[in-house]
Amino acid sequence: MSGCKLETKTFYQAIDNEVLIGSRCLSCGHISIPQRYICSRCHSTEAERLEFVGTGKLAAFTVIYVPATEMVKAGYDSKNPYMVGIVTLDEGPRISAQILGMDLTDPAKIKIGTPLKMKVIERGPEGQTKKFLAFEPL
Amino acid sequence: MTANKLARGVAVAGVGMSKFGVFPDKSSRDLFVEAYQELHSTVEKGLPPKDIEAFYLGNFSADQFEKQGHLAPIVASWIGLSPVASVRMEDACASGSVALRQGILAIASGQYDVVLVGGLEKMTDLPTAAVTDALASAADTMFEIPAGFTFPGFYAAMATAYMEKYQADPDAFLRVGIKNHENGALNEKAQFNQTIKDVMAGKKAKAEQKGLPVPTWESEMDFMRDPKANPMIAWPLRLFDCSPVSDGAAAVLLVSEDLVSKYTDHPIYIAGSGQASDGALAERESLSEVPSAAKAAEQAYTMAGISAADIDFAEVHDCFTIAEIMASEDLGFFPRGEGWKAAMEGKTARLGEHPINTSGGLKAKGHPVGASGVAQVVEVWKQLNSVAGARQLPGELRYALTHNVGGTGQTTVVHIFEKRS
Repeated sequence: MSGCKLETKTFYQAIDNEVLIGSRCLSCGHISIPQRYICSRCHSTEAERLEFVGTGKLAAFTVIYVPATEMVKAGYDSKNPYMVGIVTLDEGPRISAQILGMDLTDPAKIKIGTPLKMKVIERGPEGQTKKFLAFEPL
Repeated sequence: MTANKLARGVAVAGVGMSKFGVFPDKSSRDLFVEAYQELHSTVEKGLPPKDIEAFYLGNFSADQFEKQGHLAPIVASWIGLSPVASVRMEDACASGSVALRQGILAIASGQYDVVLVGGLEKMTDLPTAAVTDALASAADTMFEIPAGFTFPGFYAAMATAYMEKYQADPDAFLRVGIKNHENGALNEKAQFNQTIKDVMAGKKAKAEQKGLPVPTWESEMDFMRDPKANPMIAWPLRLFDCSPVSDGAAAVLLVSEDLVSKYTDHPIYIAGSGQASDGALAERESLSEVPSAAKAAEQAYTMAGISAADIDFAEVHDCFTIAEIMASEDLGFFPRGEGWKAAMEGKTARLGEHPINTSGGLKAKGHPVGASGVAQVVEVWKQLNSVAGARQLPGELRYALTHNVGGTGQTTVVHIFEKRS
């Protein structure tokens, strides 16, 4: 097992520092996000921590009008919907995140493939905000 | 791959289900008693309860919905089965089919001859937001839910990937909803025992009664596209694209093939069984299909020695309308990218060339999550035995398929059933 720290929680520790991390398999080069101890392609247990550049393209998305409870607490509802997407990072793998800065009045006009860059946001009720991964148009 | 045949044949000797719906006065045990009693009425030569050797119960989360863990022995006790081995299986919305598969494997292994399989969920005691949060625990709560995803949101995202890849018309989703309500209207056990036309008439009558302006929808599609009548939940999915929150239970009696004639002259047989898993949605190569469904189907077809073309009808996991369209491709009924067209053209209607969800599906019948996979077998048993009443499929039926998905496809279970002449 490689010595670098790949514990699941280090992902959010990195987000707190506005860094997007994953892992690269030292045996076959496969890149994972979130980071993995065991390579899903070749099963090697030798991996290194990888910092992503933080840019990518929109692969799939939705605009949510009936939010999850945490998002209600963050101020979203049917009149103030939010966008969530799956982003293909330039390094290859995909990650789920909130998408900011897009015009949500007609979701049919949102284009899959839109170039995006990461933006760490704070979300949650006042005094209890946490940092989350999000993306916005490049 | 190890042996792809069951070591011993397994038959379904009887089935039962409660009505699906919203039952504030019933606990999950009451619902299961209802299903179990109906099951007894279908085993025409009689089922002495002492013959049942084990109980496998599919249940997603009584822990969250009813604050009740360790559910299987309690339910077993409620139907007088103690002290038989009682096991609760949890794989989200696929829990019911996972329990079925474990019951099948237990009989095939030779350990038991007679096994009761149950599926059960009592969801409506909680307010809707709490139900949404409970269901969200079926996704990756560290990396998917913090993004803001809800379950309609996941399937909506898959819908956008599907629409982009195949230039699909989202009207196809609405067509699936209309079709499943048409079937549900013929199923007395369905939560929504009404067609979309019935829903429209009901809303018009209500408006008239209250002296409000009466809506002037010209067609079912007109109603389905009306943002007031059918509001957006997660674009492009609307309210009528989503299965409801439901209470319900279902039960299936499994007996080894060599002993089944002791209980019934109308068995159906397990011809194929498959199950596969996957990681979070974002980790998959394609977002416009469910890879675990294709893998589970391949295992089931191989075991049965048949192909998709041999399946006479299927009950598939239409938790959202796009899910039915993807399933119709994952299971091989239509080529990739053709499922939405087939839905538009009515090919999956009850009297179409590939009937899907004659029961009304999760959309109209209801989706008490742990019960859904087991209730699919109830429909298959009824159709194959020609006792499905008003919704009976015409002609001779031999093979039927069930497809039950957990999460966005982290689990999929596929079974194939055969009626032998």
